[in-house]
Amino acid sequence: MELIEHLSLGFGVAFTMQNLIYAFIGCLLGTLIGVLPGVGPVATIAMLLPATYALPPVAALIMLAGIYYGAQYGGSTTAILVNLPGESSSVVTVIDGYQMARKGRAGPALASAGIGSFIAGCFGTLVLAGFAVPLTEVAFKFGPAEYFSLMVLGLIGAVVLASGSLVKAIGMIVLGLLLGMVGTDVNSGVARYSFDIPELTDGIGFIVIAMGVFGYGEIIQNLSIKEEHREVFTGKVTHLYPSAEDFKRMVPAVLRGTAIGSLLGILPGGGALLAAFAAYTIEKKTKLKPGEVPFGKGNIRGVAAPESANNAGSQTSFIPLLTLGIPPNAVMALMVGAMTIHNIQPGPQVMTSNPELFWGLIASMWIGNLMLIILNLPLIGLWIKLLTVPYRWLFPAIVLFCAIGVYSTNNNTWDVWMVGWFGIIGYVFIKLGMEPAPLLLGFILGPMMEENLRRALLLSRGDWSVLVTRPLSATLLAMAAALLIIVLMPAVKKSREEAFVED
Amino acid sequence: MRIKSQKDFFAGLLYMVIGIAFAWGATTYNIGDGARMGPGYFPLLLGVILAIIGGIVMARALVVETPDGDPIGRWAWKPLAFIIAANFLFGILLGGWPLLGIPAMGLIIAIVVLTFVAALAGDEFKFIEVLILAILLAVGSWAAFVWGLNLQFQVWPSFISG
Repeated sequence: MELIEHLSLGFGVAFTMQNLIYAFIGCLLGTLIGVLPGVGPVATIAMLLPATYALPPVAALIMLAGIYYGAQYGGSTTAILVNLPGESSSVVTVIDGYQMARKGRAGPALASAGIGSFIAGCFGTLVLAGFAVPLTEVAFKFGPAEYFSLMVLGLIGAVVLASGSLVKAIGMIVLGLLLGMVGTDVNSGVARYSFDIPELTDGIGFIVIAMGVFGYGEIIQNLSIKEEHREVFTGKVTHLYPSAEDFKRMVPAVLRGTAIGSLLGILPGGGALLAAFAAYTIEKKTKLKPGEVPFGKGNIRGVAAPESANNAGSQTSFIPLLTLGIPPNAVMALMVGAMTIHNIQPGPQVMTSNPELFWGLIASMWIGNLMLIILNLPLIGLWIKLLTVPYRWLFPAIVLFCAIGVYSTNNNTWDVWMVGWFGIIGYVFIKLGMEPAPLLLGFILGPMMEENLRRALLLSRGDWSVLVTRPLSATLLAMAAALLIIVLMPAVKKSREEAFVED
Repeated sequence: MRIKSQKDFFAGLLYMVIGIAFAWGATTYNIGDGARMGPGYFPLLLGVILAIIGGIVMARALVVETPDGDPIGRWAWKPLAFIIAANFLFGILLGGWPLLGIPAMGLIIAIVVLTFVAALAGDEFKFIEVLILAILLAVGSWAAFVWGLNLQFQVWPSFISG
């Protein structure tokens, strides 16, 4: 059994004392920062990325993966307790989770999110280990045209579930792609849009945009809402753990969520968000058992299913990253950055050139999931306390972490000026109802898309039809078109809008 | 013609302006053709697409009815100004501003100033509270970033540390 061989190699790497400690630190830090309202996995990883510079590559990636899971877990804690989705994939968790919290059932909600995530994580790890090898072989068949089409699919996948207008979300992608053009063109060496500023010839930093738009932009928006309307959970938490009845309802939902999440996570683009949304929609379609609380009023299945789905999805979303080298979402984009810093070019060759890193990372994901559940179940009470920290103490600290974070990436004040400007831009985005997540994805994929398009067209002597005459590429583009058409269909459009309206 | 969605109208306008700016900038580089894409080819393409998307968003904002006109609402100038100012002051104090002859004051002073200025953005400002927070953050950041992670920061002003 190749799979077992691979996994045992991986566990051999992950079970060294050093790597276990980094996995633990990663999970702990990730959870701690992820719990802070408004700071999701993207900002957390961006903030803690510099902390991993000095580590060996395997340890660094293991710690980052831990931060990722931790932050995601912490983010769902905030979603449930404060009605504030730390990131897009916990948007649906908010709906039923917060209602449960208001009824004093925050404990069961948190526990079901944790248990669901763990089960989903275990399954996701297996899927990842099993599918990585065959998918890598597919990856070697990919030419530039296929990569270009895959990125188009990924970007479209990312916006179909954006909560606002589809055209506006696509606009944000294009804007992100354009921002990615700033800096030296790899092919001609021309410094584009850099206005003779030396720092701009290296391009704009991803962390700068992420921190400015997500960090500062959100803080300014939060502060503009008067304190009375800023609804924060302060009530008593009665039961810490779910009852037998809760378990009975939760388990099938967790299993359904896991299956959906593993499947959708592989798709580049949608990943965790798509998975959470689909899982919630399916739970909503199933019949309510007698005596069950309706959805939107605090049904435990409404927490368990999307949380399992987004965890399974985030696990399997490592597949496109590790096999194709394409980041399916903003967090994965940061992982690419981390890999590049450690001189690892993500892509199909990682598995053969760095097998310890590849399988070690996969094994550490499972360990990370285990640590999270051990860490979090007893700590539920503490997280709830942490959330009673008033926002007026919290936001200066967040501003500080953002400022230190961007400064320390290059030890250069230029990044501090840039993050300030992007903070203003981020606030403008919020005021105009423009979603920043697609922008980040476009920004990361911009240079890659240009390079692959350039190569594809060079090989075809300028003939654009190469994108549709190669079967793999045509399939990918057709999938992108199908996604767009499905979303634009009136029936789906309506239910998509409904799902994002809190009722 | 009446604007039916204020948010969308200005979002579209923003797209259009940025798209045109990037496309115009792209024309100053070598465009090339499909087979030999120059540095201006892809940005020109994207700029034009963004401008078109902007046009569509604006047109929809003029046609599609919304219940309340989708207003942008009041701009929160106070948090905007203080948060961004805190950030810029942090940069100036940490790294100095040689152009104006401002010397680098180091991490600790930068953190204290950032905390105070950022705190002014909130609804409430209690001096003692902010002072305690500033000290905690300064000590904590020093412990975490300088001592723990060994990142390179100038901790104190150059005239003290020499």
